[in-house]
Amino acid sequence: MPGDARPARSSKRSGTRPAATAARPPTKTRTPTKTRTRATQRAVVEAEQRSRSAELVHLPNAIDLDDDRPVEPPPRRGDVDEWGRSEHMREIARRVYDPVYRHWFRAEWEGLDKIPSEGGALLVSNHAAAIPSDAPVIMHGIETELNRPVYGLADYFFRHVPVVGTMWSRLGGLPAHPDNAYRLLREQGQLVLVFPEGTKGTSKLVGERYQLRRFGRGGFVEIAMRAGVPVIPIAVVGAEESMPIVARLPTIARSIGVPYLPITANMLAFGPLGAGIYFPAKFKLRVLDPVHFEVPADQERYSKSRVMDESERIRSMIQDALFDMVRRRRSVWFG
Amino acid sequence: MSPHNVRRVLVTGLGSFWGGRVAQALERDPNVEVIVGLDTEEPHVELERTEYVRVDANYSILAKIVRATRVDTIVHTFLIVDPTQMSQRAMHETNVIGTMNLFAAASAPDSTVRNVVVKSATAVYGCTPEDPTWFTEDTPPSRPLRRPVERSLDQVESYVRDFAEDNPHVVVSLLRFSNVIGTEIITPLTRALELPVVPSVWGFDPRFQFVHEDDVVRSILYVLRSNLSGVYNVAGDGLLPWTEVATLCGKLTFPLPPLGTSELLWPFKRAGVVDLPEEYLNLLRFGRGVDNRKLKSAGFGFRYTSAGAVQAFVEATRLRRTLGDHEPAYRYERDVEQFFRHSPAVVRDPG
Repeated sequence: MPGDARPARSSKRSGTRPAATAARPPTKTRTPTKTRTRATQRAVVEAEQRSRSAELVHLPNAIDLDDDRPVEPPPRRGDVDEWGRSEHMREIARRVYDPVYRHWFRAEWEGLDKIPSEGGALLVSNHAAAIPSDAPVIMHGIETELNRPVYGLADYFFRHVPVVGTMWSRLGGLPAHPDNAYRLLREQGQLVLVFPEGTKGTSKLVGERYQLRRFGRGGFVEIAMRAGVPVIPIAVVGAEESMPIVARLPTIARSIGVPYLPITANMLAFGPLGAGIYFPAKFKLRVLDPVHFEVPADQERYSKSRVMDESERIRSMIQDALFDMVRRRRSVWFG
Repeated sequence: MSPHNVRRVLVTGLGSFWGGRVAQALERDPNVEVIVGLDTEEPHVELERTEYVRVDANYSILAKIVRATRVDTIVHTFLIVDPTQMSQRAMHETNVIGTMNLFAAASAPDSTVRNVVVKSATAVYGCTPEDPTWFTEDTPPSRPLRRPVERSLDQVESYVRDFAEDNPHVVVSLLRFSNVIGTEIITPLTRALELPVVPSVWGFDPRFQFVHEDDVVRSILYVLRSNLSGVYNVAGDGLLPWTEVATLCGKLTFPLPPLGTSELLWPFKRAGVVDLPEEYLNLLRFGRGVDNRKLKSAGFGFRYTSAGAVQAFVEATRLRRTLGDHEPAYRYERDVEQFFRHSPAVVRDPG
């Protein structure tokens, strides 16, 4: 009964017609035979299709589905990697920053050989200065001395700010997300720098300098455990005095949506220019012994008490080193 | 032959770009015996043996169709991910209510449905400065989703999850597609890239990920053929800064002010020059990357990387610019072919 429009009801006998005109209500045409099984029906359908296709023109292939060879991508036009870091930009920054590193801060390292020349490691340091001066010094120092890139994890606040966020990203910074750290450390074997104090460290007033804040919630230890890499603590002296905060304006900071808004000694000394000029404090950096955790990597969870203990241990390692370095320091400016 | 070898497929959104493409591809598969396509409008692509059923946007009569056609596979492509296509309310009807009805029909007690593929988008991850560089399928959004598209897709996905949980005998796969680009598709991003200068947000140069339209169709078919269940990101390898995307297109970027961007764009939107909704302005600030390794380790091979997909778009644009909207050498005369196929006047069995 071809063309017999009837609402379809049962399943066994429906759908023998392989094609229907477009824009037609859901009608079914049935074959007169009732006893056909689905398999024989299908055989008939296929035979019908084959015999018809001999005379019918088929649609041109929209997509060649059998071709699954990868298509050669075009050459890259830039060198920005998946993290947003550009070696070219890094090179320019190194050239510009090198005089600052050498002649302004006169950075001096101790125990640089404790940083491995290959494989992942999580560098953990104390954090200071209104605009942190420690991150560029550490990153520049390791890149020039060891010839290894360092990726710096930072508060995502950076990414909000036009230009600054993009520059930060091109120079090797990325938002401190555990997934980012894991990938860099575990899969790519890179050096990753993190400041567990976060903005609590950089917003300290001048009177609180060299007193470490809480080390977050120990997330950095958990990431290092999961990635199976050591934590390498670094104690930095000098950053605190490069841009000390004398007062904070929390109400204005809240209203404009920044983590803290400082009045720095630099502003008092140099006026508005001081917002961007560091004091030439002498930088001393001490790399402490790497901490290995001896736990299997890639676990779903790690003992929270173990994580907190390790976090506290690393914090006190850095704190003790800071006290020791400040004790030996004769002058803020000359070391 | 196991019932999985021969399929009766229901495709939603037959009139949409994806529904039509998927149906075309399924038509070439001899193991697919029936293809039923639903939509509110007629398909735009030529189809040989797909049956088209006109339905209302939220598929209220779907249960009847599913029961009548005894489909065993549903390919749900009718999800709106481009907010410029329709109003927020219409999008809600299509995405959320449509999916709800679809799954209600598919989970009826006598339902024959055994495979469901849903085409979602990576917009469900949101786009914020806190985001990781790569989202895996398990990474939750960094902040509660705000934009209508993101929220409606999120609701859709929650229906998918509920359905998968309630019907463990059904193989449910959810594919999340990144920004699609290619030779044919038109999205807010391709429109932006076809402007004389490419809009960007001043001070931002986010990394973008793309997937080629062919890889979208291929991945849907791959998932169907290999009975994969679960959530998969579908996106090309590699991330490209927006400026580099513009360079590949041979264009310069035109920076828009970072504050009041959408207000400034409003007159241009009215004039029909550029329409970048809030989701896309966010992308132009922070970008988004998704990890495609889960689908790759399930055996799928992408033909195009992000850069390769952009290159394909650029080449197609060049061709269009030279030839106009080129037509294929052969024109399929639908009415004549349909006549050959279905008219009782045609003598079919000469033997």
